[in-house]
Order: sequence, then structure tokens, then C-alpha cells
Amino acid sequence: MLGKLSLSAIPLDVPILVGTFIGVAVIGLAVLGAVTYYGKWGYLWRDWLTTVDHKRLAVMYIILAIVMLFRGFADAIMMRTQLALAYKGNPGYLPPHHYDQIFSAHGTIMIFFMAMAFMTGLMNLVVPLQIGARDVAFPFLNSLSFYMTLVGALLINISLFIGEFAQCGWLVYPPLSEMQFSPGVGVDYYIWAVQISGVGTLLTGVNFFTTIVKMRAPGMGWMQMPVFTWTAFCTTVLIMVSFPVLTVTLALLSLDRYLGMHFFTNDAGGNVMLYLSMIWTWGHPEVYILVIPAFGVFSEVTATFSQKPLFGYKTMVYATCSIMVLSFVVWVHHFFTMGAGANVNTFFGIMTMIIAVPTGVKIFNWLFTMYKGRVEFTAPMHWTLGFMITFSIGGMTGVMLAMPAADWILHNSLFLIAHFHNVIIGGVYFGYIAGMGFWFPKAFGFKLNEAWGKRAFWCWFVGFYLAFIPLYVLGLEGMTRRMNHYDNPDWYPWMLVAEVGAIVIALGIVCQLTQLYVSIRDRNLPENLDLTGDPWNGRTLEWSISSPPPAYNFAVIPDIHGLDTFHTEKQLGLKAHGKPLAPIHMPKNTSAGVFIGLFSFILGFASIWYIWWLAAIGLIGIVATMILRSANRDVDYYVPVSEIEHNEEVYSRRIAAAQAAE
Amino acid sequence: MAHEATMSPLAHADDHHGEHHESPNVFGFWLYLMTDCVLFGSIFAAFAVLRNQFAGGPSGKELFDLTNVGIETAILLFSSITYGFASLNALAKNKKMVLLWLAVTFVLGVSFVGLELNEFSSMIAEGNGPDRSAFLSAFFTLVGTHGLHVTCGLIWMVVLMVQMMGPQDLSERMMNKLACLSLFWHFLDIVWICVFSFVYLAGVM
Repeated sequence: MLGKLSLSAIPLDVPILVGTFIGVAVIGLAVLGAVTYYGKWGYLWRDWLTTVDHKRLAVMYIILAIVMLFRGFADAIMMRTQLALAYKGNPGYLPPHHYDQIFSAHGTIMIFFMAMAFMTGLMNLVVPLQIGARDVAFPFLNSLSFYMTLVGALLINISLFIGEFAQCGWLVYPPLSEMQFSPGVGVDYYIWAVQISGVGTLLTGVNFFTTIVKMRAPGMGWMQMPVFTWTAFCTTVLIMVSFPVLTVTLALLSLDRYLGMHFFTNDAGGNVMLYLSMIWTWGHPEVYILVIPAFGVFSEVTATFSQKPLFGYKTMVYATCSIMVLSFVVWVHHFFTMGAGANVNTFFGIMTMIIAVPTGVKIFNWLFTMYKGRVEFTAPMHWTLGFMITFSIGGMTGVMLAMPAADWILHNSLFLIAHFHNVIIGGVYFGYIAGMGFWFPKAFGFKLNEAWGKRAFWCWFVGFYLAFIPLYVLGLEGMTRRMNHYDNPDWYPWMLVAEVGAIVIALGIVCQLTQLYVSIRDRNLPENLDLTGDPWNGRTLEWSISSPPPAYNFAVIPDIHGLDTFHTEKQLGLKAHGKPLAPIHMPKNTSAGVFIGLFSFILGFASIWYIWWLAAIGLIGIVATMILRSANRDVDYYVPVSEIEHNEEVYSRRIAAAQAAE
Repeated sequence: MAHEATMSPLAHADDHHGEHHESPNVFGFWLYLMTDCVLFGSIFAAFAVLRNQFAGGPSGKELFDLTNVGIETAILLFSSITYGFASLNALAKNKKMVLLWLAVTFVLGVSFVGLELNEFSSMIAEGNGPDRSAFLSAFFTLVGTHGLHVTCGLIWMVVLMVQMMGPQDLSERMMNKLACLSLFWHFLDIVWICVFSFVYLAGVM
């Protein structure tokens, strides 16, 4: 009746997990209690959970990303603490079974549910506004994508308290992840969580590609598109080409596990190398899916705060597109030691080094943008400068690893760990936080606190170097990754430094939380309010409308005459368009996404535990909800001109108030 | 999907020039099909790697019955023609004929899936199921994924037929849905031709 599920699946014997569970339960009940006490369920359901508004979905994505950052970081600091203790006679406090789950969960959560959710959130918030659109091409699919991501995140976190998580790393390499060696439900949790969220990501890719191709404001040709939109566009292409490969790879692994097939098994002709090639055919483009939008953020931030147009817009676009293409011809560098042969390894080594060229073009473009500009050292600009230094170092160690001969020595060592954290923290994370600070006023109508933002930056920046430079040294000294205990006295001091670094990063996260708290507390102070909708003297269309924008974004769709049209018109003192207002056609909110998400959750959870009747209910529920949705004809409405006029008037009064205050 | 709600300003601009523009739904569906193409491509790649891993079990030569596969192929290709007739009648706003041709397509699709299931079950009954060897794992997965797509297409077809008899009639929204299913159905034909050539023919040769 309940498949593999029984009371013994709940790890009551692990005090850390019981404590975490109590903590999560208390916080969860407090949130639910507060929503009930203040009578906000209706508001939450109508205005947020069932919304198809890309700006609100963006906020929900980013909240999810921040929650997942805590989870992923908790895993990180637990690992560092284990390695600061587990030297010689001391076994540390994490037994191998638990430690292995932690490093697997850390990578999975940080990539799929922190970084991907954050990236999708930023794209949702910014892309339609930058191209002058009123929503994305498929607003309902957008809501559905969010729920798919959320369900994946829920499944992976439930594995903490019911059952176990995978113990074979964040990409669950076979044969270790096969039934023979991982008979528990850990790998199944991984598979279902990643598969469900992967469907959501694929839909996001299709949705934003269509939006960017089909819905740009009149006059906005390809070369008039803001750079962030360009990077989002390249990311959607990468998503559409690479995510189906991930889906297939994990599906084949599930067939091995569930139906006893032999794709990647040791016996009956299975081929482990096939898995490596397939997973990295997705996996390498994936890191560019994450970092390319971050490059877009840096471009917007650098140009705005240097008060200059971006240097080399066209080369930036070409560089982004070259990276997009090159990212598909480098995947073998993840397993040079597999023995593909000298010629194959040489090809992939050279292709990998070539990627450094367009990336270098970008770094110089940002530097030249700042050259002779009036640089304002805001918090987003701090993250950008920190990125340029950190990412360049990470890129150089990447070129070192791209040499097959060097990789032969350094593979699977902490040198590799240091390298990819160097580019992912220094590139992706710094970029997303810069973007969050930059566009926060657009989403909420008030700015984030600068002082706490800079404190957060310095903690992260210093903490990063303290935590990861020791790992480079340790890697050169031969320490391998995923190690639970060691005896080498040379390694011990470096491990202690890395632990200090992790604590400094923890302080950075505390600063970020304080920043959010202080900013919300002081939101009505005149210096924090964003009355004009253009707090940074911005260049692109999102700054031409009120903060937060109305649901329909643009009362009148603007005409575009070139790159940064908004900024040009602002400088020439041109008052925007006297076009007449017309009723605006908008999509209605829908609960279909919530229900498909719910049934997907049931399907995933039931399949993990082999509860087949429940899985059937989940599947039927998904199909039935989709059919009902497709039969629903009441899916849209018109915003009347009177309401648009009213909103426009309120906005003009806010601008007038801001000008009077000056 | 309320695509009109967010209809591209570019599309309006296009109208001025009298150019044809398609709905974003159909464009988005094209993109989805391209991702599906990558999906099938990955399974074909896995099949290519594992096609000679018989693990002491039977090879394609011993297993495949080309007559049966030939009939399957003929049925599926013919169902594309009948879907084409349904599309032509939809353009002519002849609802009865649309329903009739969709029904014929549906029957052909069900026969295809039935023949495929029959082939699968007889192979499994002889002990040559997907767990026998890596070659058979790849074979069942590739052909089965195609069959699963056809089955989804059949469910979709029934839903559209029922909705067409209701208030949606042959509205613009329904025409878009018919166009998407049409793309899907023809796409599955193309995939099947690859399956037929690379799996069955190459397996027997």
C-alpha cells in the first residue's frame, strides 16, 4: 500500500536532522500562523499564488532562491566544519553516510534551486520590461514553470526528513548511482526533483525565446536590444538545446533503476562513459546558462553607474554568442582522464582555452566602459568590481585545467573545487546579487540599503578568498574532493583557514538579511523611495515606467529609435509619446499552475517510494488539469482606459513630488 | 493561453506591411518540437553507442520482423495524409469532415500503437525484454519513447475532437491547436522514418 515507505524512513536517530526538522516546522508554522492571523490567505492566493504576472513570479523565484541559498550554505558550512575537525584521531561529527548526502545536496541545491531559480527570477523581472512588452508570450506556462521549480525544491528538501538523499555527488555518476550500489531512495529523490524542475526550465526557455523574438517594441531590432536581454536570449537557446539531453540522461538512469535496464550498468553491455558524455553535454552549457545572464547584469550595472554607454556593445553581443556556441564543444574537459585519446583531449583542451578569448573581450569592455566615466561606487558596482577580479582569477585557473596534461594531475582534487567556486561564486552569485540590488527598486518601489549592501559585499569578497585560496593549495598538495577524513598534517592549517572563510561568508549572508530588514523598515524615508521609477539615471526601457510598474507594464508601447532610446530622449528632454490610450488586453490569473504543481509533487513523491496507485493519481491529475485548462475560455480581460488614466495620473503626481523635493 | 493579450507590437507593425504573421503559440510549439528533436537525438545517440552490446542475447537480425514493421510504417505515414485532409477541411470550415478525418487518423494511430505493443509483448514473452541486454534497453527505450509520443498525440486528438463539438467550434484558438497537433503528428512521422531506417533496417542488414 505504501510501497517502500515506512516509519523507519524517518531518521529519528540523527540529532542534526531532528533539530533541523523542529526548526523548519516551527518557522513554517509561524509563517502559516501569521498568514492566518492577519487574514491574508485570500490576498496570497489571488495576488501571488495564482498570478501570471511576470514581475510577481520573479519575486517568488528570487525568494525561493534565497531560501535555497540558506539550505545550500548550511550544507557548505557543515562540510567545512567537518574537515576542520576530522583530522587524525578525530572522526569529526558527520559520519560518511551523512557527509556524502551533504556534498551531493549542496551542489544539487545550489545549481538547480538557488542559481537557476535566481537567474529565472531576474529574467522574469527584467526581460519583458526591457523590450517594452506587457507580459511574456505564454503567461500561464510561466506560472507553471515556477511551480515545477518549486516542486523540485520541495522534493529535495523533504528528503532531509523522509528517507535520505543521494550519496554519489551532484551529478550522480553511475555505476555508483545504479540500484546495485545505491539501493536506497536517495538517487530517486535526486532524479525526480531534477526532472520535474528541468521541465519547468525547458518551458521557461521556450517562453522567453518566443517573448524576445516576437514581442519587442516597434523599432527594436536585434542590435537595439539591451545587453541583458541579449544574454537572456542566449541563455534560452542554451536551455532549449541542452535541457532535453539532461531529461534523457536521467530518464535512462531511471530506467536502469526502475526497470532493470542496462544503459549504464557494469554488466550486460552497459556503458558508464555514455553517461559521462551525455550528462556533460548538458552540464557544460548549464554553467553558461547560469553565467551569461550574470554577464548581462554586469553590463547594465557598469554602463549605468559609469554614466556612459556600454563600451563595445556589438563586440559584447558577438562575444556572448560565441560563448553560447563554444559551450557545446568543450564537454569532454570534464573527464579528460576517461581515456578518450590524445587527439580528442587535445581538441577539447584547445576549444576550452578559446572560450577565454570572448570572455576576455567582455572583461575589457567593462573596463573601458568605466574608463573616464563618473563611476558611482554603489553596492551593485562593488559586486561588479569584485566579480572582475575574482572571475579573472577563476578563468585563469580554468585555462590551467583545460590543459589535459595538467588536468591529469589536478582532476578530482580540491584545485578543481576551488576553480569552479571561483567562477560560480565570483561570476554567477556576485552577478545575481548585483542584479538584485540594481532592479530591487523597480520591483518594490524603494531602494536597498547601501551600507549593509557594501558590508555584505566585503564579507563575501574576503570570505571567498579565505575559503577557496586554501583549496587551490590543498589541491596542488594532492587532497582529493569529497574526502570525509584525513591524516596529512600539512593540510590541517589550510582547512582551518577555509573554515574561517566560510564563517566570514556566513557573516556576509547575515549582512544581506539585515540589509533586507533595514531596507523594508526604512522604505518610506524620502531618500529610499523610488518615486520617479528611474532611481539610477538608467538607460533602458524598464526605467521609463513607474516602480513598481502596473500589471500591464506600459500604458502605451514605446517606439524605439536606437540603442538606449530612453536615455537619449531623457537627455534631449523629449517628453514621451502623446499616443492615445486604448484598453489593454491582459491574461487572467489561473490556479491551473498550482494544481499541476501539486499533482507533479504527488507523482514524484509516490514514484520515489514505489507507491504506484498514488503515482497514477498524480499523473491523471496532471493530464486532467491540462485538459480542463485548455477547455477554459474565460482566460483574459481588458483594462479599461479610465483605470490606465488613473494610474498614469498617480505616477505623474509622484514624479512631480520627487521634482519638488529636489 | 490568451496570446492575444500579449500580442507582439511587432506583429501589429507587420500587419501594416500586409505581411503574414503566425500566432506565438504556433511559433512556441515549433520551438518545443525542436527541443523534442534534441530529446530524440540523445536517445538515438545512446542507441548508436549500445547497438552492438548484445550481451550474449539476440541481435536485431534475429528479432525484427520487417513485414510487421513495414505495416506499422505504412499505417503511420498514411495517418499523416489523413490528418492533412482534416487540416484542409478545417481551413474550409467544414467541421463534420474535420471530425471524420480526425477519427480516421485516430483509428490509424491506435492500430500503430497496438501493433507496436504486440511486437513488444511477444519479445518480452520470449525473454527478450529491455533488461536482457544494453542493445534491447536502447531499442525498447527509443521505440517506446516514440510510441509514448504517439499515444499522447492520440489523447490530444480526442480532447480536440470533443472540444470542437463544444463551444470552441472552429474558433481561431481551435485552429491554432489543430495546427500544433498537426506539426506534432508530422514530426512523429519524421522521427519514425529515422527509427525505421536506423533501428530496424540497419539492424536487419
